[in-house]
This record gives sequence, structure tokens and C-alpha cells, in this order.
Amino acid sequence: MRVARKQRRRLKRDHVVAFLMVLPSLIAIAVFVYGFIGYTAYVSMSNYTTARVDLSFAGLEHYITLLSQRRFQDNIRNLLVFTALFLSACLVFGLLLALLVDSRVKGESFFRSVYLFPMALSFIVTGVAWRWLFTPGDLEPTGLNLLFDQLGLKFLEGRWIADTTIWPNVEVSWLKTRLLVPLAIVPVVVAAVWQMSGFCMAMYLAALRGIPEELREAARVDGASEFQVFRYIVLPLLRPITLSAIIVLTHISLKTFDLVMTMTGGGPGNRTELPSLYMYELRFSQFNTAEAAAVATILLLVVSVLVVPYLRYNRRAQEVGE
Amino acid sequence: MAGASLSRPRLRLRLSRALLYAVMIALVAFFVLPVYLLVITSFKDFSEVSLNRMWDWPTQLSLESFNRAWNGGQGTTGMRSSFLNSVLMVIPATVISCLLGSLNGYVLSKWKFPGSETLFTLILFGMFIPYQSILVPLVQVLSALGLYGTLQGLALTHIVYGIPITTLIFRNYYASVPSELVEASQIDGAGFFRVYRHIILPLSAPGFVVAAIWQFTSIWNEFLFGLIITNEPRIRPVTVTLQNMSGSQFTQWNVQMAGALIVALPTLLVYIFLGRYFLRGLLAGSLKG
Repeated sequence: MRVARKQRRRLKRDHVVAFLMVLPSLIAIAVFVYGFIGYTAYVSMSNYTTARVDLSFAGLEHYITLLSQRRFQDNIRNLLVFTALFLSACLVFGLLLALLVDSRVKGESFFRSVYLFPMALSFIVTGVAWRWLFTPGDLEPTGLNLLFDQLGLKFLEGRWIADTTIWPNVEVSWLKTRLLVPLAIVPVVVAAVWQMSGFCMAMYLAALRGIPEELREAARVDGASEFQVFRYIVLPLLRPITLSAIIVLTHISLKTFDLVMTMTGGGPGNRTELPSLYMYELRFSQFNTAEAAAVATILLLVVSVLVVPYLRYNRRAQEVGE
Repeated sequence: MAGASLSRPRLRLRLSRALLYAVMIALVAFFVLPVYLLVITSFKDFSEVSLNRMWDWPTQLSLESFNRAWNGGQGTTGMRSSFLNSVLMVIPATVISCLLGSLNGYVLSKWKFPGSETLFTLILFGMFIPYQSILVPLVQVLSALGLYGTLQGLALTHIVYGIPITTLIFRNYYASVPSELVEASQIDGAGFFRVYRHIILPLSAPGFVVAAIWQFTSIWNEFLFGLIITNEPRIRPVTVTLQNMSGSQFTQWNVQMAGALIVALPTLLVYIFLGRYFLRGLLAGSLKG
């Protein structure tokens, strides 16, 4: 009786100690994540538009300015196009790589390592390499164009990161931006897919390895073709990992900054500029802190719409699992 | 006779295998191409560097580009001091964020308290935010603390924003340590710290390797914080210096490429030798551990 009570008291004390041990991290996150986000949102509604600090209230003025501005509309268009292309290419390419690596080939680990190695690189390194590959050359071809030239594949040549075309260049009355795809963004997507598709492959590989062979075997015994096995057995079982991959890749895509900075700097003529770059320019070149904060807040809201439901879903799934 | 010629289905199987390998090797070429270009260019003599002979092999190996990228010269700053800055910043940031992650993971998996799950989710949110949304106050707070424009300030930033991912890695890792082990030790009278020291820590080595590799790689490769927090060339990390090189007309493109290889080298070495753990950290980031 006595021992039990003593032990219980001890356990209670230990729980307090445990809480105290995470407290520094909790405070850090409370301040650096939530406090800072709150402050940014506050600044975005202030008159802090020059180097002089002015936190007087301006309401939603900067949001209205931004949303009705050609440049910011271009940013949003670029972001959506970039994300759509990047995400779909990564998923398809990642799944393809996973299926190839998973097809009982010799040297499996070699292929897997090669397909995954760009993940270990900085986006800046990737950007430097791909920028030179996608520099078309003014008088004489350079980079990929030169390679295509030498291989007799001239028809593949393009203007790449120097391309100012917007395809199909549709005007919409209530928008200032032109739709839809700025062609200069395609090379940036290629570089991003080069870097990230291995990650997607790794996720799919982990999932494929988790599918019991008996399941496939049973379907084969029932007379299913290899394609049917894939379509009706494997693919449905890959759905949860695809959801995770979509969330992770999309949030990375929405946050993209380094790669564009190095490959194009946002050019030509803002055709590859993303909100993350515009925010940087507003804050650190134009010293328009309030508008920069508004861009950042919009970007955060876009990411949150995606991530918050996922985190909640993930938590529920975990509670059910426990 | 029958064994001499291949039967039809076996021939088809062989052909499809050959096609499979052909596709996989073509993909290898795609993945290696940019690095191939970096390597052949970096080892060329300056006299052989020209854009219209980009794909030619160097006729002689020269380390001139690396020398220029490392030491600077002709109006450019070299990588050397930045490399040291990155090392000095990455090591403490990695160690401290892993220790914090281990402690948090221990508490959040073995000492759950009311609301701890919610707090964990709130911590996790920190790894998804676009860092643009905290840059404005970050600069102000670091300035107020006298840490703006210092390596300590940069390391501190990486530690704080590294807490979510390291906590996640360790929490998932410790979840696989049987709770009975902890409970048995508690019945023997072991408290919070003794359980940690004698049960958890000895089992933690793989967790630390995964978290440390992950943190090392991401902090080494990180650019935005480095760009914002280090206002002087003297204290810049490697990624910022490389970006500056690539944006300046004074730095020849072969020097940029040699610089890119220098920046890539440490994380590539980690990947080559500890790829297995790198992969685990990668998958932990997708929340499924």
C-alpha cells in the first residue's frame, strides 16, 4: 500500500520532469513558429511599407493591392502551373522508377542509388548544373541544345529558360495575368523532377515491398494478367502512400525558392517568379515589409489548406492504430 | 536439338528483359548527365573552356577551376572560408537538434501527458510552413539578440526549425521500443532520467544516425536562412557563396561548376557511405516512419 503510493507519487513527479524537459522546445516552437506567424500576419495589415517601422493598422489594403496586381497574379499562375506539372511528373516518374527497380533486376541497389542520389544535393547545386544545360545560347547552341546538335537531334532544341512564350496565352477579362503555361517554367520543372522523383520512388518502393507476394500470386492463379494484377491489386494498395507523397511533394513545391533563384532568378520577365521570390524582393530590396508579409501570409494559407487536414487525418489514423 | 534454339516465349521474355535494362540504363544517363557535365567542365584547363565545346572531354586534367573556386581571385571570393563557416554551423546545429529531438521523442512516446498528442501535432506543423512566413520577425528577433549576421544566429535558427523533424524521427523510433521495458524499469524504481540513460539511450544509436544524417544534409544544403541571416560575405555558408558565384559575371562558368562540386561533395559522401540511413530519414519525413 505504502510502496504503491510512494511509487505513484514518484511517477507523478517524473511526469512533471518529463514535461519540463520538452518545455524549452515547446516554447521555442511557440515563439518561432506560432508567434512569428502571428506577427507576420499583423505586419501584413500594417503601414510598414518603407524602411521606417510603422505598425499602424492598414487593414487588408496590401492583400487587395497584391491580388489585383499583374505581377502577383503571374506569381500565383506560375506557382499553380509549376506545382501541377511537378507533382504529376514526380508521381508518374517516381512510380515508374519504383516498378523498374522492383522488377527483380540485377544491380537493383545500384539503380536505386543512382535514381535517388540527387536528393542528397542542394537545390543550388542542381540549379547551377541545370541552368547551364538549359541555357540555349544566343548565336551558337550551348548546353542541351549543343548536345542535341551533336547527336543529330536538332528538332529537340528549344529556347528553354530564355523562352518568353506563354502557352496558349489566353486572356480572361477578370484577370490581369495571361493563361496558362509560361514555357520557361518547364526546364525548372525538369530540374525539380530530376531532384525529387527519387524520393517518390523510395516511397513507392517501401509500399511495394509491403504488399505480400501471396496476394499477387493468388490473383495470377485466378487467371489475372500482369497488367490486371497491377491495376486491381497493386495500384489500390498504393493509395495511402500516394496521398502522403502528394502532400509532401506539393508542400515542397509550394515552398520552392532556391532552385528558381539559381536557375532563372524569376525571369525572363517574371515568367518563372514564384511568391517566395517576390516576398524576398519586397522585403529585402524594396523594403516593403508589410506587402512582403502579405505575400508570405497568403503562401502560408495555401500550404495550410493542404497540410492541416493531413496532420489531423494522420493523428486520427495514429490514434486508431494505437 | 530442342536446347539449341530458344522457344518463342523464352525469346520474348529475354527481349523484354533486354528492353527493361535498356530503359533503366537510359534513366541512369538522365540522372548522371548534369553531374557528368559538372565533372568534365571542372577538370578542364581554362584554355579549353568554351561554351561551344561544352561536351568535349578535357584533353588534360587541370585543377585550375577548383583552385579558383576554392581560393577565389579576379574579383571573386572563394569557397574556402564559406566551407569552414558551413562546417562550424552545421555540426553544433546537427548535434543540438538531435539531442532535443531525442528528448522530445522520448517524452512524447513514453511519458505521454494529457494534450501531448496535440502538442506533437502542433510541433509537426513547424516543418511544413514556408519559411517566408517567419522571416520578417526572425530578422528582428535575431537583431535584438545580437545574433543577426552571425553563425550562431544561423545555427540557432536551424536548431529551432529542426525540432519538428528530429522530434518526429525519434518519436517514431522510440515507439518501437516496447513500453514493457520502460514500465519494468519504473517498477524497479528507475525515474525519468535513469530510464532514458539505461534503457532508451543505449537503443538510440540508429535513431541518432538517421536524424543526424538528415539534419546534416538539410542544413548543409539549406539556402534561404543562410541568405537572409548572413549579411556579410565573411560569414556566408557554402550554398549562398555558390549562388553568388553563379549570379556574377566575374565568375566563369567552369569555376561555378567546380564550386558546385565542392558544395555537393560532403553530402554526396554521406549519401554514398550511409545511404541506407539517409533513406530512412527521407521516409520519416513523409510521417509514416
